[in-house]
Amino acid sequence: MLQRKIRVLVAKPGLDGHDRGAKVVARAYRDAGMEVIYTGLHQTPEQIVEAALEEDVDVVGLSILSGAHNTLVPKVLDRLRAEGLDDVMVVVGGIIPEEDAIHLRQLGVAAVFGPGTPTQEIVDFTLGHVRER
Amino acid sequence: MTELAQAIRSGDRRALARAISLVESNSPLAPALLADLWPFTASARVIGLTGAPGVGKSTLVDRLARRYAEQGQRVGVLAIDPSSPFSGGALLGDRIRMDDPDPRVFIRSLATRGHLGGVNRALGGAIALMAGAGYGLVLVETVGAGQSEVEIMSHADLTVVVLMPGVGDDVQANKAGILEIGDLFVVNKADLPGSDLTVRQIRSMLGLLDKRLAQVPITKTVATEGVGIDALIQALDGFGRSPEELERQAARRRQQADRRLREALAELAVEEIRAGAGDDRWQEAITRIAARETDPERAARALLRPITKEA
Ligand SMILES: Nc1nc2c(ncn2[C@@H]2O[C@H](COP(=O)(O)OP(=O)(O)OP(=O)(O)O)[C@@H](O)[C@H]2O)c(=O)[nH]1
Ligand SMILES: [Mg+2]
Repeated sequence: MLQRKIRVLVAKPGLDGHDRGAKVVARAYRDAGMEVIYTGLHQTPEQIVEAALEEDVDVVGLSILSGAHNTLVPKVLDRLRAEGLDDVMVVVGGIIPEEDAIHLRQLGVAAVFGPGTPTQEIVDFTLGHVRER
Repeated sequence: MTELAQAIRSGDRRALARAISLVESNSPLAPALLADLWPFTASARVIGLTGAPGVGKSTLVDRLARRYAEQGQRVGVLAIDPSSPFSGGALLGDRIRMDDPDPRVFIRSLATRGHLGGVNRALGGAIALMAGAGYGLVLVETVGAGQSEVEIMSHADLTVVVLMPGVGDDVQANKAGILEIGDLFVVNKADLPGSDLTVRQIRSMLGLLDKRLAQVPITKTVATEGVGIDALIQALDGFGRSPEELERQAARRRQQADRRLREALAELAVEEIRAGAGDDRWQEAITRIAARETDPERAARALLRPITKEA
């Protein structure tokens, strides 16, 4: 019997200390049947990619409220590629201006979710776009 | 040797991560992979840590892993948390307490996926993969349910029971049968009041249970501060030195091998018998058991019969 589970890393890079949103999304993913690795606050891009590698995740969800998304997200993406983890889907949540969101999507982010996005929408998007392996 | 097994042997960490997923999901690729690596797994030491929720298992594992890595050891960590019985999903949070700056440390979170006993069905496979990848020490943190985690004994060379100061903890631990599985005890959070009392209580409880248990080491730690970690490591490394201990270790590995054989046999037997019976007979047996027209044992014997006759 094959029991493949979708595994998601929910991480909070950067310095802001609010992880309420990240926890809400983590629980929503769990309730949708996914295995969620939650790593806590203040993660560096190095730590995030290390965890993504060891945990063999399908999805990395980054929650960024500090405004530092334009530096943090590209760092995570670059490192993922350097480790050969190009097939991992990256989604970003937080307060991100539309022009930045467009830029991040061009860099390879699958989706950017603003504050107040219904968790169901995030879950549905993730389930719909996660790659078969 | 399969390509994936070769990659794992050569130190490819991504291959190891992928392989653990394959074993967890019961992939058809898993048996050959595990067979390839099995010969290389003998020398790895497996230490299990168990104890009630929040006693500080993850924090301790983090300290131990770092200290052993500093000594040049490669350390694999398997941290188990429960799956939700409703959704089948899981929130795996042990990593919050684990900082992982050292490339010699490989941390993997596992969900129980419906398995009871505080571990995960694929735990044996995951340990073998880490051992085969050259991690000479594998630390396993069980689910912090505080009870029925005895199954860790069938995987670990050494089981560490973690407790913390507090009223009645000793009694709780004893009720859960957790005292008897400890090769070593840690009273963590020794910065909180009452740790010496807890040590004395454990000591007297152990003395009651078994004369041999009266000698079991008990160490105090403050995991968050790194206090007592050296003494704990000394106690851990002091294990398996005396001839009696070596003998017990060997006996335990034989018991574990027996257990693995039974598990493999049970799994294979069900598969074979099911395939041999065909889906129609299988479904019919299920229907008749559910309708109480037959009982599970009799139905199982009926499915077994053609096989045992051939032999
Ligand atoms: N005061 C004190 N707190 C500690 C100590 N060790 C750990 N803690 C804290 O205790 C809490 C739980 O620690 P964890 O390491 O997550 O405990 P755990 O046993 O792994 O918990 P579960 O995996 O949920 O069962 C955290 O807030 C730690 O910071 C200690 O030695 N002293
Ligand atoms: Mg823990």
